[in-house]
Amino acid sequence: MSAQHSGNGHQGSNRAAIEVAIDEIVASVGNKPDALMPVLHAVQDRLGYIPADAVPEIARALNLSRAEVHGVISFYHDFRSSPPGRNVVRVCRAESCQAMGAVELAAHIQKRLGIEFGQNSADGAYTLEAVYCLGNCACSPAIVVGNDIHGRVTPERFDEIISAISPREESR
Amino acid sequence: MTPSVFVPRDSSAVSLGADAVANSIRTEAARRSLDVKIVRNGSRGMFSHEPMIEVATSAGRIAYGPVTTADVASIFDADFINGREHPLRLGIVDEIPWFKSQNRLTFARVGGTDPVSLDDFLAHGGYEGLGRALAMRPEDVIAEITKSGLRGRGGAGFPTGIKWKTAAEAPATPKYIVCNADEGDSGTFSDRMIMEGDPFVLIEGMTIAAIAIGATHGYIYLRSEYPHAYRTLTEAIAVAHSEGYLGANVLKSGKAFDIEIRVGAGAYICGEETAMLESIEGRRGMVRFKPPLPAIEGLFGKPTVINNVISFATVPIILERGANFYRDFGAGNSRGTLPIQLAGNSKSPGLIETSMGVTLREIVHDYGRGTASGKPVRAVQVGGPLGAYFPASMLDTPLDYESMAARGGILGHGGIVVFDETVDMARMARYAMEFCAIESCGKCTPCRIGSVRGTEVIDDIVNRRRVRESLEILRDLCDTLKFGSLCALGGLTPLPVLSALKFFPEDFGLAPADVDFIAQDLTISQPATDGINEIASR
Repeated sequence: MSAQHSGNGHQGSNRAAIEVAIDEIVASVGNKPDALMPVLHAVQDRLGYIPADAVPEIARALNLSRAEVHGVISFYHDFRSSPPGRNVVRVCRAESCQAMGAVELAAHIQKRLGIEFGQNSADGAYTLEAVYCLGNCACSPAIVVGNDIHGRVTPERFDEIISAISPREESR
Repeated sequence: MTPSVFVPRDSSAVSLGADAVANSIRTEAARRSLDVKIVRNGSRGMFSHEPMIEVATSAGRIAYGPVTTADVASIFDADFINGREHPLRLGIVDEIPWFKSQNRLTFARVGGTDPVSLDDFLAHGGYEGLGRALAMRPEDVIAEITKSGLRGRGGAGFPTGIKWKTAAEAPATPKYIVCNADEGDSGTFSDRMIMEGDPFVLIEGMTIAAIAIGATHGYIYLRSEYPHAYRTLTEAIAVAHSEGYLGANVLKSGKAFDIEIRVGAGAYICGEETAMLESIEGRRGMVRFKPPLPAIEGLFGKPTVINNVISFATVPIILERGANFYRDFGAGNSRGTLPIQLAGNSKSPGLIETSMGVTLREIVHDYGRGTASGKPVRAVQVGGPLGAYFPASMLDTPLDYESMAARGGILGHGGIVVFDETVDMARMARYAMEFCAIESCGKCTPCRIGSVRGTEVIDDIVNRRRVRESLEILRDLCDTLKFGSLCALGGLTPLPVLSALKFFPEDFGLAPADVDFIAQDLTISQPATDGINEIASR
């Protein structure tokens, strides 16, 4: 569920560590085939993404083929196969938000962060993702930054939200 | 007695700063040495007033809004604790016309109570429906639902009682209850508001369904975009368990029922019921062929009742007050109330639960007070991304299943998105095809490829490339999508496209005569294959 990660995902490429993590997750979620979605969520919550090295481990633990696991990861928009930036910015691009200026807002956000949708910024600070409805349609346009939802977001308001994050980023 | 101050925990209120306001009230009360109990309630759905705080007084609940952290000191100065005057004072909640004129049945408690307090729920009629259901024969519970006229509020409008009866009569066991909480339509948020504002009513509705059909296990398939709803539901399910409302022996009836939440992963298609079953089973959300109906062969191949959040959440009041009470609301074959969600460019958007048959104009202009921008309303989309765009001249259309169908539209999940005169309807039509391409599960060719081709031909039309031929191709594509797709995603994507073309041809650089092939009810008047053959033979 979490979109905010502390950056520990960058250490996640260690195969042995992944194996331990998967075993722990499967032990808590269960190992029936229908546990795959909860397991993938748990892996992503813990590591920030689902490393390629995790796929055979998940397949082994749930008695599935690697193709089945890969197929599920690649089907769903939420699952990432590479580490995200430290702050994930999700911008709603659906109709209600479009009716309230989401197209212009999205253009501003891409310019402000210097990245396009689906990209990470070079300094690893931001990932920009499109989302199709946050259920905040009475307060359009809506975005999520980290774990926080924001409504009635204007370009100026977006800059304020990012400015609140910037000191943290600059002190890194 | 310690005064109670209510600050919504609803995620829309939070998106406008409700958490900060709650903290600020706590700090300010401490600074003034005032004893104040802060309750995080659901939202009343009047989002132009959010964050809207309330205080319980002897005269009733008095609201103030929209309250920012900067206002907190001044409302304390004005003695809001005793409901006194302040520029942000909105009056007694139940007397605010926007709220008072509604028929809140499904949403009766939302905003009034602490969502995760079982005591609050019980004090306001909660679990009375389950109590009645447990005293009835299961087939009588189903008959009561059928008699109420309740139809699936997710969008398809299928009679709920008939679905239950089918599953109840299917011989296989075990049976399952699945709640569709994958509320993906833009412009809709009623499921979210129920789950965040009154989660016990959903649990109660699912429990009644389980007892009626003989199911012992239920799933709530919740979209990942709703983390706040996940927290309230998780908390409420745990309370229901510990208090004996869920578990091996529900209210000592000898009947078992458990609920598990499954979180989606950002796939719109998983709101389609068979794709949802695939996802719960741990696979890609690919649509299944029907038949078999899920009521006969659903989750893990077993009889399964799949209903939307609002359908389940409406079941308790039907059992509590009786089928006749519920069916007395409504129009024609659309019985009961509809929680309408007004969104987009609206001055006063929000959740309006009212009798079926209310007109679009009443919603958009009386409740919504026109656009947020102050510019004229040009278009409204009814029923989510797969719903039709109607021009302002059609605002007298009543909101019920039959009236919408007669105009070629759908009621869907009851979402209405308002657009002002700056909207480019060709862009919205293109977006409809683009969205279908992004969210297609890929199983059937019309949806997977037709949607991509659709964006290309709309681009061609708008850019004046081979306009006649492109229109022919678009007509043929829409015809193929409508009749050749496996599910509603491909099947209904033509609706926003054809309605945009029909009612707003000028945005595509077309004249009304150019779109004569689309009838007033949005059907395509001639077989499109003639046109495509003609082009192919050139």
